[in-house]
Amino acid sequence: MGSAAAQVEAPAGVTLPIYMDNHATSPLDPRVLEAMTPYFTSKFGNAASRNHAFGWEAEQAVETAREQIARLIGANAKEIIFTSGATESDNLAIKGIAEMYRERGNHIITQVTEHKAVLDTCKRLEKYGYRVMYLPVKANGIIDLEDLKRAMDEKTILVTIMAANNEIGVLQPIREIGKLCHEKGVLFHTDAVQAVGKVPFNVMADNVDVASISAHKIYGPKGVGALYVRRRNPRVQISAQIDGGGHERGMRSGTLNVPGIVGLGKACEIAQEEMDEEGRRLEGLRDRLKEKLESELDYVHVNGSMEQRLPGNLNMSFVYVEGESLLMGINDVAVSSGSACTSATLEPSYVLKALGLGDDVAHSSIRFGLGRFNTQAEVDYVAAKVIDIVKKLRELSPLYEMVKEGIDLTKIEWQAH
Amino acid sequence: MAYSDKVVDHYNNPRNVGTLDKNSTEVGTGLVGAPECGDVMRLQIRVNPETQVIEEAKFKTFGCGSAIASSSLATEWVKGRTVDDALAIKNTDIVKELSLPPVKIHCSVLAEDAIRAAIGDWKKKNGVGETVASPFAHGS
Repeated sequence: MGSAAAQVEAPAGVTLPIYMDNHATSPLDPRVLEAMTPYFTSKFGNAASRNHAFGWEAEQAVETAREQIARLIGANAKEIIFTSGATESDNLAIKGIAEMYRERGNHIITQVTEHKAVLDTCKRLEKYGYRVMYLPVKANGIIDLEDLKRAMDEKTILVTIMAANNEIGVLQPIREIGKLCHEKGVLFHTDAVQAVGKVPFNVMADNVDVASISAHKIYGPKGVGALYVRRRNPRVQISAQIDGGGHERGMRSGTLNVPGIVGLGKACEIAQEEMDEEGRRLEGLRDRLKEKLESELDYVHVNGSMEQRLPGNLNMSFVYVEGESLLMGINDVAVSSGSACTSATLEPSYVLKALGLGDDVAHSSIRFGLGRFNTQAEVDYVAAKVIDIVKKLRELSPLYEMVKEGIDLTKIEWQAH
Repeated sequence: MAYSDKVVDHYNNPRNVGTLDKNSTEVGTGLVGAPECGDVMRLQIRVNPETQVIEEAKFKTFGCGSAIASSSLATEWVKGRTVDDALAIKNTDIVKELSLPPVKIHCSVLAEDAIRAAIGDWKKKNGVGETVASPFAHGS
């Protein structure tokens, strides 16, 4: 048995560690930082100060950002509300609509692979007497529209289904979902955090009424997000969840994070200009990574649809190798795993389990999140490194040995603990 | 999660990886854990029938770095001991040696279980004493 230590050398031009976890967060684009900097120092005004130049300057910057965001998603600037991030946006959208439309109904529909910001918000509403339907997903991670149709009843006020999944990158059919909602007079909210700036997303074409957006997933700063709230056909009303000075048309009080908002706006402007080309490049890198891994390793499994997927996402299970031990072997590469051992709850990924994967396959999964600053040389290094470590860990894996001997692991009476 | 130097060392240089002939009467095999729990350890010992000394120990583990380190360490510790001495190894000794954090204590419990299961298998094959079942039921 050879050493599991690093034996793959980093080529020239590759700096370690490599960041390949862009669904968790993304590095700030230097152009975004440049746009933000003056708003920390000389242009420090409060955008709500109406009676002096410092305030006007800040307000002008905020309005420019509002337009940049609106342009990227096909909205009107007046329909953009700033928040502290997508978790707040999801909370505001779902709780705000539930509260506002309580007299019309108490039924909400979502699906099982949503982000916890949506699922836990829905769970809280259940405690307050709302009924929530959690739709299942098919093996490819996508909901069945027939399930959605059947789930809708006369008390349904809201459907909240994400545009792109943060773990497996799968794209939900939001255009069809939105169409169905509009036919039934039901509001449609989408957590669009992973989709905006990565794939075409247009609130008009996609029939979206409310959408959550985050800055730090699109090379902007952390701690700032937005909520798109449709003003016409239908005009969506949302009950504020934070009370105070009545900022953001009364929907979200609190002094605006002007530098953060400027950063979000700039990030959206760059995304709009570069999305098509960047998407093609990332898809090429992603497919290159996948092909390299599949050509060198057996028992690898892509989780989620390859067709309806974010260009930068690859989620793969390296069966018979436990995810955390794999991460330990590639500790100069930042990726994440669906393994229980890497989560705070010690449970394997609920998203992967929702696809019908066994816990053992979920434990073996790695999420590669490619982004703007990843290069082909990095992809080649990561592929070589993963191949090397998986092979070594399989030499160590009793399960791999048993499968190679033709033993059916499902027939063994495991001593579960 | 930060790993202790000893865990990293066992992970990078696992001791006694391999497979013994499970059909040999001198060999005891312990297979513990479950794939759906994220860890499976197989520990094998070859016992000298005259002296009851464990002369060889091999392992393979599917699991996190701490599980690999715990089982690697277990093979080192059982080698050269009699089977009865080996039964004296406690999971808490492994926790201490590897500086395992609380969330990884189950890895050490599994390693102790593996030692007991391997010795139990050898005793059963050789009609020595009775099978030793692990008294340690542990939650998942």
